[in-house]
Formats: sequence, C-alpha cells, structure tokens
Amino acid sequence: MQIHKIRHTVAALFAATLLAACGKEEPPPAPKVEAPKPPEVLTVKIGSASPLTGPQAHIGIDIRNGVQLAVEDLNAQGVEIGGKKVRFELVAEDDEANPTKATTVAQKLVDAKVAAVVGHFNSGASIPASKVYADAGIPQISPSSTNPDYTLKGFKTTFRVVAHDGQQGPTLARFALNQLKAKSIAVIDDSTAYGQGLADNFEATVKAMGGKIVAREHTTDKDTDFKAILTKIKGRKPDLIMFGGIDPQAGPMVKQMKDLGIKASFIGGDGMQTPNFIKLAGDAAEGAMASIPGLPKDQMPGGKAFLDKYKAKFNQEVELFAPMGYDAVFVLVEAMKRAGSAEPAKFLPEVGKTDHQGVIGPIAFDEKGDLKNGPITIYVVKGGQWTPLEVVKPEAAAGAPAQEAAAEKK
Amino acid sequence: MEIFAQQIVNGLVLGSIYALVALGYTMVYGILGLINFAHGDITMIGALVSLTLVQLLAAAGLPAPVVLGLAACGAMLVCAALGLSIERVAYRPLRRAPRLAPLITAIGVSILLQYSAALVWGKQYISLPSIIEPVRFTLFGAQMTLLQATIFLLACTIMGGLLWFIKASRMGRAMRATEQNPDVAGLMGVNTNTVIAFTFLLGSAIGAIAGLMVVLYYGIGHYFMGFMLGLKAFTAAVLGGIGNVAGAVLGGLLLGVIESLASGYIGDLTGGVLGSNYRDIFAFLVLVLVLVLRPSGLMGRHAGDRA
Repeated sequence: MQIHKIRHTVAALFAATLLAACGKEEPPPAPKVEAPKPPEVLTVKIGSASPLTGPQAHIGIDIRNGVQLAVEDLNAQGVEIGGKKVRFELVAEDDEANPTKATTVAQKLVDAKVAAVVGHFNSGASIPASKVYADAGIPQISPSSTNPDYTLKGFKTTFRVVAHDGQQGPTLARFALNQLKAKSIAVIDDSTAYGQGLADNFEATVKAMGGKIVAREHTTDKDTDFKAILTKIKGRKPDLIMFGGIDPQAGPMVKQMKDLGIKASFIGGDGMQTPNFIKLAGDAAEGAMASIPGLPKDQMPGGKAFLDKYKAKFNQEVELFAPMGYDAVFVLVEAMKRAGSAEPAKFLPEVGKTDHQGVIGPIAFDEKGDLKNGPITIYVVKGGQWTPLEVVKPEAAAGAPAQEAAAEKK
Repeated sequence: MEIFAQQIVNGLVLGSIYALVALGYTMVYGILGLINFAHGDITMIGALVSLTLVQLLAAAGLPAPVVLGLAACGAMLVCAALGLSIERVAYRPLRRAPRLAPLITAIGVSILLQYSAALVWGKQYISLPSIIEPVRFTLFGAQMTLLQATIFLLACTIMGGLLWFIKASRMGRAMRATEQNPDVAGLMGVNTNTVIAFTFLLGSAIGAIAGLMVVLYYGIGHYFMGFMLGLKAFTAAVLGGIGNVAGAVLGGLLLGVIESLASGYIGDLTGGVLGSNYRDIFAFLVLVLVLVLRPSGLMGRHAGDRA
C-alpha cells in the first residue's frame, strides 16, 4: 500500500513538473511534440479563493485542490473554445476566512484578469466578495457558501453548487422533529454569517412546525470553552442540541457536553461534518449528526473515481468540498465552450443555463443562481466514522414557509 | 441550584487556568515592574510542546502517567529555557530604559512567538489524542471530572508552594529584596541578574504547566491560543493586585466565576438582547472597574512605595 501511495505521488509530482515546465517554456523543447509549431494556445485563468491559512485551512485547501485537479484534468484532456486550443491556469488566493481580506483577494483576482472564480468557502467571505466580482462582471461559483443571502443580492454573477441554508436549516429541522422526534431543542450558533444563518433557519422551521426551542445561545468562532452555555442548556433539559458552526468549536463542544453529563443528541450543519471533528471530539463524537448538502461522497455519481484520483494526487482524503470545487470548474468551462469564448461577458449568460452531470450529480441553477433541487444527506458518527444516515430531498412545498418565516425575522 | 453549582464549578476550573497563567505575570511584575506580555504566548508554546510530546509518546505506547509526566517535564524545560532567553535578549538590555521600551519589546516578543509557533505547528487547530479516560463524579449536584479537580488543586498547591518559597527560602528572600529595591539589594550582595532570570524561569515553567492543563482540559491547541488567555490572565493579575502571588490566584478564580455566571445568565437577564458570546466583555469590564475604583487591586499594596 505504502509503495503504491509513493508511486502515485511520484507520478503526480512528475506530471506536475512536466506541466510546470510546459508552462514556462513557450515552445516545449520536448522531443515528443511532432508538430513543429503548436497552434496558438489561449491561456484562461481560473481563480480559486478560500482560506488557505488559519483554523479553517484544511477545508479551504481541499477546495483549492479540487479546483486544481479540475484544471489539470481539463489541460490533460485538451479543450478547444471557439476553435482555439485553451490551457487553463489556476490562480489560488488565500482569504483567511476573513470578510475584509476576501474583498481584497477578490480585487486581486479581478486585477489578475481571471475568467471566473471558484470561491469563497465562508458565506461571510463570499457575500462581500460577490460585489467585487459582480462589478467586474466575472462569474463566481461558490462550492460551499450556504447562507441564503449570497444569491439574494440581485447579482447575475453569483452561483453556488450546494444547497443553501434556506434548504439545509429546514431540512435539519424536519429531520429533528419527524425522524428524531425531538420534543425540546436547544440552539447554539457561532455568531458568523454561516452559523447564525443556519441556526436561524433551523429555529424558524422548528417553530413553524410547532416544535419547542428551549434555549438559544451564541458563542464565537474563536472560543473553546462552552461549559457555561452548556450548563445553562443542561438546566433546560433539551433532548436535542443543534449547533450552527464549524468543527473547531463543534469538537470541543460535544466533549464538554459529555463531561457535563448532558445526554441530549447533537446535530449540526455541513461545517462540522469533517474528519477533523471526530479527531477533536474523540469518543464524544459518537452519535453526533450533521447534514451536508449533496450526496454522500461515495454515493455521488462520480464519487468513487474522484475520491481515488484525489487521494492519488494529494495523498489525503477529501475533506468536504473538493468535488464541488472540481465540478464548478467544469460548469464554467462548459459554459465557455457553449459560448465559444472565454470572455466573462460572453459566457456568463451560459453559466445560468448549465445542465451538467458532475461528480456531485446533476447540476442546474435556478434564476437566482442556486443549485436546483440539491439533495441533503444526514450523517451520523458511528464507530469513529461519518456514516450516511439518510438522504433528504428538499421539498419545495415544505421549504417555502421556512423561507417566509426567515424573511419575517428580518 | 444544581445549575448554579455547576456554573460555579465551571468558573473555578476556568479561573484556575487563568490563575496559573496569572502567576507568571504577577511574579515578573513584582520583581521588575514589567508587564511581560509575552507570557501568554509562553503558555501557548508550553501547550503546543506538551501536545506534541503527548502525541509522540502516546503513539510509542507508553502508559498515560509516564506520558503526562514526560510531557510536563519537556514543556517546562522548553518554556523555562524560552523564558530565560527572552529575559536575556529582550528585557535585560532595556532594564534601565524608559518603561515604555520593554513593554514594546514584550509585545514584539509575543508576536514573534505566535508566528514562530505558526511556522512550527501550522495554523490549524491541533487535537490531543485522548489518553486518559475521564473520571466523572458529582459534587453538590455539579458534574466534575478528576481532571477539573486536579487543575483546581494544582493552582492552589502551586500558589501555596510559591508563597512558602518566597517567604522561607534564600532565593525567595533575594527576590523580595530585589522587589523592594534592586540597587540596594545588589549592594547587599544579592545577584539581581540571577534573581530576575530565576523569576522568569519559574514563571515560564508554571506557564508551561498551565499550557499542559489547557491542552488536557480542552483537548485542542492553536498558535493563537495564548493571546486571549494572556489577556484574561493579565486581567486576573490586575484584579487580584498585580505583584501579589495570592492575589493572582484569587483574581483568576474570581474572573473565572464572573465569566461563567455572566455567560450563563446574561441572556435571561437582558431578555435575549446580549447573548453568551458577549462574555468577554465582562472580563474587561472588570478590568476597567478595578483600574478606576481600586487601581492596586483586591490584595495589592498601595502603589508608590517603589519608585
């Protein structure tokens, strides 16, 4: 096994070196090239923006890797747009999961003349950055931002390839009430656009369906001590605790729940459905549940092949959103092919008409740029592994009252 | 009532961690009148070093007590060496400089430590493998683990040990002399450089223990974890009266309890306007109040006897 891994890595490294070499020297002096002069090659830059440093770096790097894999695959296939051979180039930027940094990075990508951007990871980063891309007329596909507001700004350039919290939150709520039969629920969020959005949507749906919320608490995305709020929640005796936030908080949180002797079940969104959560929570992770937009990794139509390819290339498992990042690039490139141009202004209208069979399944957008009918999967930690529990399709009818309820709150 | 007792226990344990870190602040301030802002980051280094050691040793299959003992020793050694070198390089050359200068270098050292740690350990959260099965028991209706009790007792024991050391030992007497007047102490044959270096060594080693406790308690480490911890511990030291060893522990415990009660009850008291994510406000509100109403802290002497 070990040798295989190394062989793959060596092969990948070799391929990468070759690619890099091709990029630098204009007419490749490699003897393999038969044609004396290759036809004119158009370079199209694809931007990728996600946190590459900081506590969320593992998820951000995952997205970048997905985009990189897509770019390399496309270059290996050889793509022609409008009769010209095209070589794609990845421009990856680090937004540090910071909303302010995100706009700077967005401007940097615009200045680098990227044709399109795959990013950002955090809703809090995607939303402010979307204005920059919209002003420049560059399409932006977020692989992971689930805050409903992202596509509600009225920009023609914003798309996403995940179900949003307007779908995820209510799905979680229905699951909690119908399947888990939760009688009293406590809700905690991490005060970020993502966490609070998810928790708000969850709470609104639970209330609309006649469920009981016994406590609503907030923490931050930097905290590690939740004893005080958990103790308060313990006093309200909920049978389910819902957390809107990501794994660095969710992990210690379930650990502290166990220390405090809280018996309630724990459920959260996609931000905590990571291997890292299990590492951070240890034994306490057992039984925790989380929803994630899309199908289970290995149930995705292109899942198995993608996971193997990813592992061979990067020598690590897919964290979360690499398949979404990968598909986003293909969606963009297909739009370019249909439009016969890599000019953002020309191929942008085509992005909205996407009908793509991606790794994650069929991809099509509604008029806002949201993924149409994206499935949501509920996972549970069993034997130290995230295991799919149930796949839920968002129901249009059931989603509507929740969105109204959320709108009412604002 | 059960919930209230639980909040008090939460607060006492959190406060014990603050107290352990605050001891380092207060000792250095007592001797030098310097606020060693790098102390929170020394604790962070102690935490990350012990985390790495626990990871390595646990993987080697050693029994848990040996792992913990070795990790504690390793972290204390690294931090003591770090404390000594920081004092030698960043503070000693500035001992006669205006007070602002060492304060600025302290902040510089703090940033240096943070980003050096980011280089060594990366910027991601690092998790601790669970090596000890938590032993849980109930006290006055509050759930506790053995680790929590250990942290609390450790803070009290170290405080007691320090008080005895400063009162009864030869080095302790030298420390008190240096505190009162370094120049005169020097004339009386006290090697003030050694005394000050020793203070840093001791404070940093205690910081390392605090780091190990944080890692064991939360199971998580991060290059930026020393910043907030340092600020809170500094607040605790000021609250108790900076320069006073017993005051640092009292301040730490008090701050922990205030924070715990605040985040437990603020939502209800304000009708949901302020949530528990505002709990840090209370730590710093306390700092402001103490500075305004009783600048020398709860157990501090009146300022001014040391010019």
